[in-house]
Amino acid sequence: MGMSASFGRAAEGTKTRWKLNAGAREEIAFYLFISPWLIGFLAFTLGPMIASLFLSFTKYDVITPMRWIGLENFRIAFTTDPLFWQSLKVTTIYVFGSVPLQMALGLVVAVLMNQALRGITLFRTIYYVPAVISGVPLALLWMAIFNPYGVVNGFLSRLGLKGPNWLFSEEWVIPAFIIMSLWGIGGTMIIYLAALQSVPQHLYEAADLDGAGALAKFWTVTVPMISPVIFFNLVMAVIGSFQTFTNALVMTAGGPNNASLFYMLHLYRNAFSYFKMGYGCALAWVLAVIILALTMLVIRSSPAWVYYEGMIGGQQR
Amino acid sequence: MSVLVDQWSALHDWSRRRSVQNAAFRLGALLLILGGAVVIMVPLAWMLSASLKNRVEVFTIPMRWIPKKVQWSNYVDAVTQIKYALYVGNTLIVTIGDTVGTVLSASLVAFGFARLRARGKEVLFLILLSTMMLPYHVRLVPTYLMFQKIGWLNTYLPLIVPGWLGGGAFYVFLLRQFYSTLPVELDDAAKIDGCSLVGIYWRMMVPLSKPAFATVAIFSFFADWSDFLGPLIYLSKPQMYTLSLGLQFYQTTRGSLHWGILMAGTVLSILPPLLVFFLAQKTFVQGIALTGLKG
Repeated sequence: MGMSASFGRAAEGTKTRWKLNAGAREEIAFYLFISPWLIGFLAFTLGPMIASLFLSFTKYDVITPMRWIGLENFRIAFTTDPLFWQSLKVTTIYVFGSVPLQMALGLVVAVLMNQALRGITLFRTIYYVPAVISGVPLALLWMAIFNPYGVVNGFLSRLGLKGPNWLFSEEWVIPAFIIMSLWGIGGTMIIYLAALQSVPQHLYEAADLDGAGALAKFWTVTVPMISPVIFFNLVMAVIGSFQTFTNALVMTAGGPNNASLFYMLHLYRNAFSYFKMGYGCALAWVLAVIILALTMLVIRSSPAWVYYEGMIGGQQR
Repeated sequence: MSVLVDQWSALHDWSRRRSVQNAAFRLGALLLILGGAVVIMVPLAWMLSASLKNRVEVFTIPMRWIPKKVQWSNYVDAVTQIKYALYVGNTLIVTIGDTVGTVLSASLVAFGFARLRARGKEVLFLILLSTMMLPYHVRLVPTYLMFQKIGWLNTYLPLIVPGWLGGGAFYVFLLRQFYSTLPVELDDAAKIDGCSLVGIYWRMMVPLSKPAFATVAIFSFFADWSDFLGPLIYLSKPQMYTLSLGLQFYQTTRGSLHWGILMAGTVLSILPPLLVFFLAQKTFVQGIALTGLKG
């Protein structure tokens, strides 16, 4: 409204240049500044999402024309595609195995890295380095490490144990992926560490006066104060873990006997190896709904355990 | 008097007990940290060791850390057999092309969100934030079909152009957080001096935000360097492969794989990001902290 009014006024002063009031000019400037994102959002996010939803109700193999098949893709996924349930099972076990461990270990390491010890910055670097390594090189490295004759089993044999076949074993392949995920907790750790360093010192001093021990301080001061960051890390870890792809494709190609058939790998194969574009989209939406539901669950539960400064019981003061 | 002494000595005892506890705690922490550091370094050390071993020695139990005969030739073989120079060149095209666009466009968009008033801004920012949580795989198939329709398969455009258009919500968010820490009075002063909005952005925000831009550039570099799924679906000609794709191609197509050479190739592909990390460590860590903290 304000914009059209100011245009009107500008049109009245015909002799002078087009003059908009400052507010309207700022508004136009805003939309100009954000236009790259706005265009990108429409072209690469909103558009594809709508298209994806549409495609999930169709049968489309790129060559023959698209055909509307209603809910058929979803019916196939839930009832006749055994690999759908297998991939969902594999991914869920992985997420529930690795995310809590990543969260807990990341926090423990961050607390250790927050100690005023000599040389601690060097250790922070060492702990962070694995997080710099990702993608195919990371996958190849861990493929070699989990080789039946690799370094892990080398150590185990030194202890007189016979290590499992890891990536070649149906029981051990997911534990292997979970162990591998723990190597890269540096990113989680750094975010925790920054949060730990922003906890006001006087809270610890007050707890000291009350005679609180280290563990009590951790649970009553540290955890509540950094709970928003725990929340952030948790949401990001859940979303990230559900979308595990590169490791699965490179290290095991889903094997042995589909024991590491991660959901994203199943989706990728359907869409890009079998060219079932519609089915691929349907799979994508099922996973999206699962991730969304879990994220919502975490967000819903957050007032109970996430403490925001200036908030009481989830209400702005 | 004696009461005072008693109290004092009690306090002294207490604080001594405390400091003994403290010392024990610190020693325990140090041991844990050292142990953890060793565990973390083992895979890297093993990779280096393996990259210098011959075909047989890579996987033998009991393992040796120092190879019987150090095979420097593995690195030469890795560079030639994996076509390292070609793949690095390709990866650099994508990485630089995308990173430049990402920094430029994210910095513009973030300026809008941080400094300008407009109707709909809050809603748009919420949308932007929610796209960060949106699983990318939902967009995968239609985006692929779109790029296929306009003939961009087997070009680097699908890997570069999206960066120029918003450059990813995460980077916009990060830069907006950074801009918000700069005092608004600066803008007002510049406005009074007759500085235009573009002038404020270009003459004040850009020079003051160099560290934040560096963070975004590093993040974007890392993401592009290790991206696998993008090149995998958009590039099918081997001469266009990026390093990730090239490594995987080598690993899957080479008959009787020599793991010493493959590990040498892996070391070489990890080296550039590691180098960037060590050179820009401080900027990088600050950047991560910024994203986590002020969410």
